[in-house]
Amino acid sequence: MIDIKELQTFEHDVIVVGAGGSGLRAAIECSVQGMSTAVVCKSLLGKAHTVMAEGGVAASLGNADARDNWKIHFRDTMRGGKFLNDWKMAEHHAKEAADRVNELEEWGAVFDRTKDGLINQRNFGGHRYPRLAHVGDRTGLEIIRTLQDYAVHRENIKVYMECTALGLLKDGERISGLIAYWRDSGEFILFKAKAVILATGGAGRAWRVTSNSWEYTGDGYALAYHAGTELINMEFTQFHPTGMVWPHSVKGILVTEGVRGDGGILLNSEKERFMFRYVPEKFAPETADTEEEGDRWLAGDKTARRPPELITRDEVARAITKEINEGRGSPHGGVFLDIATRIPAEKIKKKLPSMYHQFKVLANLDITKEPMEVGPTLHYFMGGVRVDSDTQMSRVPGLFACGECSGGMHGSNRLGGNSLSDILVFGRLAGLGAKNYVNSLSNKPNIDASQVNEIIKNATDILNRESGTNPYLIHEDLQDVMNRYVNIVRTEEELKTAILELERIKHGAAKVKAVGASQYNPGWHEALSIGNLLISAEAVTLAALMREESRGAHTRLDFPGERDEWLKYIITISKNKDGSMKIEKIERPSPPKELAEIAYAKIEELEK
Amino acid sequence: MIERNFKIWRGNSKGGDFVNYKISIDEGMVVLDALKLIQADQANDLGLRWNCKAGKCGSCSMEINGKPKLACMDRVTDYKEDSQITVRPVKTFPVIKDLVTDLSWNYEQNKRIPPFKPKPRENGAKYRMQQEDVDRVQEFRKCIECYLCQNVCHILRDQEKKNKFVGPRFMIRLASLEMHPLDTEDRIPAIKNEYGSGYCNITKCCTEVCPESIKITDNGIIPIKERVVDRFYDPVLKLFRVFSGSKK
Ligand SMILES: Cc1cc2nc3c(=O)[nH]c(=O)nc-3n(C[C@H](O)[C@H](O)[C@H](O)COP(=O)(O)OP(=O)(O)OC[C@H]3O[C@@H](n4cnc5c(N)ncnc54)[C@H](O)[C@@H]3O)c2cc1C
Ligand code: SF4
Ligand code: SF4
Ligand code: FES
Repeated sequence: MIDIKELQTFEHDVIVVGAGGSGLRAAIECSVQGMSTAVVCKSLLGKAHTVMAEGGVAASLGNADARDNWKIHFRDTMRGGKFLNDWKMAEHHAKEAADRVNELEEWGAVFDRTKDGLINQRNFGGHRYPRLAHVGDRTGLEIIRTLQDYAVHRENIKVYMECTALGLLKDGERISGLIAYWRDSGEFILFKAKAVILATGGAGRAWRVTSNSWEYTGDGYALAYHAGTELINMEFTQFHPTGMVWPHSVKGILVTEGVRGDGGILLNSEKERFMFRYVPEKFAPETADTEEEGDRWLAGDKTARRPPELITRDEVARAITKEINEGRGSPHGGVFLDIATRIPAEKIKKKLPSMYHQFKVLANLDITKEPMEVGPTLHYFMGGVRVDSDTQMSRVPGLFACGECSGGMHGSNRLGGNSLSDILVFGRLAGLGAKNYVNSLSNKPNIDASQVNEIIKNATDILNRESGTNPYLIHEDLQDVMNRYVNIVRTEEELKTAILELERIKHGAAKVKAVGASQYNPGWHEALSIGNLLISAEAVTLAALMREESRGAHTRLDFPGERDEWLKYIITISKNKDGSMKIEKIERPSPPKELAEIAYAKIEELEK
Repeated sequence: MIERNFKIWRGNSKGGDFVNYKISIDEGMVVLDALKLIQADQANDLGLRWNCKAGKCGSCSMEINGKPKLACMDRVTDYKEDSQITVRPVKTFPVIKDLVTDLSWNYEQNKRIPPFKPKPRENGAKYRMQQEDVDRVQEFRKCIECYLCQNVCHILRDQEKKNKFVGPRFMIRLASLEMHPLDTEDRIPAIKNEYGSGYCNITKCCTEVCPESIKITDNGIIPIKERVVDRFYDPVLKLFRVFSGSKK
C-alpha cells in the first residue's frame, strides 16, 4: 500500500486532460471563469494532434460567399452525418463556429486573406460554399499555437507536459481527481479536483493504416468507461479517402482534402474520373454532371454545381475502395489524385506547401508534375463519450468531455473542417459547463486511497513482472486485426472473427511486460495504453456488429443502404458490474421541430 | 530489404554511450522509422519523441551524422549504403534519456514575451488585413517549434550567455508580433534589454537548419535589429551594414 500523503499532489478546481485545440480552449474558458485550471498532456505543449490539421476550420463567416449562414452550415452538417447527429450539438456548432474563429483572430491567429482583406475560405467536401478558414495547409498549427500562446500567459492555468493520465478518481458518484505519471521520471502524481474535462482525442492507433499519431490510443474513452460513463456512436470511424499509400513506411499519412478543394481530381488506372459514377441520389441534385460544370464551379460560377470529388468523405472513401478492389487501382494499391494538371505549379506550392514538401521528401514525388497515389486511412472517431449537448457533462457528475473525445455532434460522418470548429465551440462550452458544476458543489470531494492504490498497482505490475509479452508486438497484432476485420466495409462474419481475435489479444495483454526502468520508458508507456486501445477496439466492433444497416462511415456489406428504422437509434457502450462490456440500442428523442425544418429544407429556401 | 547499421546514443543525465544496432530497411524508410523498429524489436525502452511523422509537429529533432534534423523527414536511403548512421540527442539542451532532451527552457522564454495585443475592432466590424501585409508574419508562424535553430545557435551553447538571449526561435516569435498589422504592444526596448537581440552576430546557422525554410536571420532578426537601432544602438548590425553595404 502506498501512503497517498507521500504522492506528489496538486490541487485545482478543474483538470483538463489534453492540450489539443479542445483542451486548450476549455482551459482558457475555465481560466476566464476564474477557476484554478490544470492542463495535463502526454506530449510537449503544442504537439497534440491539432497541430497536424491541414485544410481548415469550418465556419459560416460568409466572406467568400455572402449567401452562407449558420443554417446552411447546420444543414450541410446534418446531411453529412446522415441525420444521426445530436441536433442540439449541431446547432451550437453551426451557430457559434464563426465567433470562435473571429476570436482566434483577436488572439493573434493570421488566416489567409480574401482580396478585401477578410479571412479567406476554401471549398471542402460536403460544404455548400467555400467555408474553411485556413492558413495554406497548416491550419492546425496556426490554431494550436494561437491557443497555446494565449493560455500560457494566463496566471491561473498551469500546464503539466509529458504527463499521462492513468485513471479517474471518484467520491461516490462524482469526480474527485485523477492519477497521472510523469513520462520523464515515471513518478506518479495525484491530482485533486472538483471537475475533470477529457479532451484526449480518438483511438486511431488501433488500426495499422491511420493518419493518427502515437497519442491516439483511446485513453479518454477508457478513462470515461471505467468511471461509469457511456460511449456512443462508436461504430462510426471515419476513413479519410486520401492517405499516402507509398512508400510502405508512410502508408496512412494524410493528404489533405484541400487538394480536392482546390481542384484536385481522382483518377483510376484507366485515367477515368470515376467519382462521376458514385454520386448517391441524395447529393445528385447538388453535384455537377460534367467535368466542364465542375470546373466552372471551382472557378466561382454560382450557377454551377460542385464536382463529385467533393461529396462527403464516406462516399469518396467507399468509391476508392471499390475501384481498388475491382482492379482499377494504382501500382501501389491506391488511386491517383491529380493536382498537377489542374492548377499552376506556383499556386500549388503556395496553397499546399506542406503537401508539396511531404511528397517531395517522403515519396520522391513532385506533385506539381505527377499525380499522387492515395487510399483510405483511418482518420477520426465520430463516436466518443456521451455528453449533455449544452454542458458537455457526461452522466458522471463532474466528468466532462469535448473535441474528438466526445461523441454525437458529427453523427455517422464528419465533414472536413468541422472538427477544428467543433474543438473550439465545445471546448468553450465544456469550460462553462464545468464552471456551473463547480459552483453548484457544496463541499469538496474526497480522495479514496484504495482507488489510488489500485491504479498505481496495475501500472507498476507491468514493470515488475518477471517476464511477459512485448507490448509493441501486442499492439501490432491488434492493428492487423482491426485493419483486416473492422475496416471500411464490414460483414457479420468478419466482425465476429474480430471479437474472437480481440479476446485472444486481451489474454496476451494481461501478461504484458515492459523491460527497463520507469524513467522515460516508451515500452512501458506503450504497455499502459494497450488496455485503452482494446476497450476502444472492442467498443467499435460490438457497435458495428449491432448496427445492421449502412450509414455514413459505417458500411455493412450484408446490410446495404440506410434503414429508416435505424435512424431512430443510437448505440451506447458502458461497463457492466462484472467488468464486461455492455451494449445497448437506445431510442433517440425526436428532433426539435425548428431544427428539422432547417435540415430538411430546400437549399434555395435558406439562401434567401 | 537491406541491412543497415545504426549507432544510437543511449544514456541519461548522468552519462551514456553509443550502442550499435543492425536492422533491415524497407524502401522509403526514414530514420524515425528505423528508430521505431529498433525500439519495437531490440530496445523497447529506447527514449525518443515523435508525433506527426510528417514534419509538422517538430517533436523528433535529433542529430543524425552530426547534422541537426527532423528524424521523420530524413530518408535512410539518402545515406551511402555501406555507411553507418549515427544518431544522438541535440546538444544544447540537457539529456533526459537517450534521444530525449529537456526543452523546458524554451517554454520559459515564450512566457516572458508579452502576448499579442490587438487594436479594438471598429464598431465590432471584421478585421481587415491585406495578404501581402501578413505574408511575412505567416512565414514566421510556420515555425513548428522543433528548436533545431536554438540547438545550433552558438550564443545559446555558451552557458554564460544563455540566459541573456532568447534565441532565434523567439526572435522570430517577437518579429511575428512586432510585424503583425493589428498588434499595438511595444516590445522594442525589451528586445534589446531583456531578450538580448544584440548578442546575435548574424552567423545565420539558425536559418540553415530550419526545416520550415524560414529565413530567420534575413527576414526576422535583421529587421528587428533595424527597429532596435532606430531607437538604440547595435554594434553588430552597424558592422554588418558596413560589410554588406546594406543601406539605411
Ligand atoms: C493529419 C490530420 C489532418 C487533419 N486536418 C483537419 C482539418 O483540416 N480540419 C479539421 O477540422 N480537422 C482536421 N483533422 C482532425 C482534427 O485535427 C482533430 O480531430 C482535432 O484536432 C482533435 O482535437 P482535440 O483537441 O480533440 O484532440 P488533440 O488535438 O488530439 O489533443 C489530444 C490531447 O490529449 C492528450 N492526451 C491523450 N491521452 C492522454 C492521457 N492519457 N493523459 C494526458 N493527456 C492525454 C494529448 O497529449 C493531446 O494533448 C485532422 C487530423 C489529422 C490527423
Ligand atoms: S544568426 Fe544569430 S540567432 Fe542565428 S545562430 Fe547566429 S547568432 Fe544565433
Ligand atoms: S524557426 Fe525553424 S528551426 Fe527554429 S524552431 Fe521554428 S521551425 Fe524549428
Ligand atoms: S514527428 Fe512531427 S516533425 Fe517529426
